[in-house]
Amino acid sequence: MIYLDNAATSFPKPDAVIRAMSNFLERAGGNPGRSGHRLSIEAGRIVYAAREAIAALFSVRDPLRVIFTLNATHALNLALRGIVRPGDRVVTTGMEHNAVMRPLRALERAGVRVIVVPCARDGSLNLDTMRRAIEPGTRRVVVNHASNVVGTLLPIAEIAQIAHAAGALVLVDAAQTAGVLPIGIEAMGIDLLAFTGHKSLYGPPGTGGLVIGEKVDAAIIEPLWRGGTGSRSEFEEQPDDLPDKFESGTPNGVGIAGLGAGVRFVLERGIENIRAHEVELTRMLIDGLQTIPGVVVHGTRDAEKCTAVVSFTVGNRQVSEIGLRLDEEFSVLCRVGLHCAPAAHRTIGTFPQGTVRFAPSIFTTQDDIRVALDAVRKIIQE
Amino acid sequence: MNHGVVLFHTTSAALRAEKILTSAQLVVKLIPTPREFSSDCGIALRFEWDDAVRVKELLDNARVEVAGIHQIN
Repeated sequence: MIYLDNAATSFPKPDAVIRAMSNFLERAGGNPGRSGHRLSIEAGRIVYAAREAIAALFSVRDPLRVIFTLNATHALNLALRGIVRPGDRVVTTGMEHNAVMRPLRALERAGVRVIVVPCARDGSLNLDTMRRAIEPGTRRVVVNHASNVVGTLLPIAEIAQIAHAAGALVLVDAAQTAGVLPIGIEAMGIDLLAFTGHKSLYGPPGTGGLVIGEKVDAAIIEPLWRGGTGSRSEFEEQPDDLPDKFESGTPNGVGIAGLGAGVRFVLERGIENIRAHEVELTRMLIDGLQTIPGVVVHGTRDAEKCTAVVSFTVGNRQVSEIGLRLDEEFSVLCRVGLHCAPAAHRTIGTFPQGTVRFAPSIFTTQDDIRVALDAVRKIIQE
Repeated sequence: MNHGVVLFHTTSAALRAEKILTSAQLVVKLIPTPREFSSDCGIALRFEWDDAVRVKELLDNARVEVAGIHQIN
């Protein structure tokens, strides 16, 4: 079996992730932060260690500014609903996932002005167009770091500079880049960073988070949910302390244990090494697919300018049929369709039929790519 | 041995303090917050009272938010 659906969720997971989760359930199963006994404290230590690993990954000084959520979608909702108010002007791009677009469209109905800056057909963003859109009075800028459809990277540091000059805060959706590209919160000028744990951080599903930059006053962010935190229990009001303000209810301790191990795996492998491996495989995919008559590769077609996500179409052939045959006849697993990102597919010109998407990971080999390319060739040349 | 306890607003702060003080070779232990103090957070950090100045300095430097430091018997 060849798994090329890592942009949806990575598989397989490192052994250390599985061991950390099993260890949590076997030996540290207390409720972190709720009680004072050793199992509760041990669970708390594991959750805190994961917070530290993530802080190290994104160069965040204070690990308590890492807020755990169930996934990037929850982190984006927490950020968007927490900092966007009726009357605000919000600028985003034409390459966003529905995890950004759906909350924004709901906010629009509540009186928020949403400006969608169009991107080029390869998913890239013209900075002058962006500069014109982020006019004074813009309150928030929400952008993905890389597209989940074609992998095209957006220039976050430059966008942040433009946004800050206009007095706007920047929220970045790093679902596709955390773990494969270096991300420095401060160096890149990111105010809020949403990430998921189960993709290139190699953690389990049900993990993710929001990082609150040091320059952002957490008081401006409204919590999305309120409840027990194990702290300030004598009060019926939500505490203001981080991370408790945004982490009500028992956390996904076993998942966070796995996420911590996944992030440590990434840090040990080294982001540069992971990136180099993925660029190589992405280049093989782009070049190989383009030699097959009838195949159109979408996006930048430049492995250095995208993540390890390659989308293609074959004339009028149904992508669902290609996906099914890849799975059933060749055991090549990928994702076809719209990838929860209709806006991005409109931008690249593949709406509503969608694309076939190949997304390798650090565990994918060059042989895997050769087999996948052969499979596509056989299906198409019949 | 005379002990002191550091009280916190959150468990995460207590865990962060434990790491900072342990890596500075201080002998500390996370314990359930003694009843006579604030119930802000379920766990407190016990330390040797002789280290009180050092504890305060290390936590100040790392900007760990502390709810109080008390001597206990």
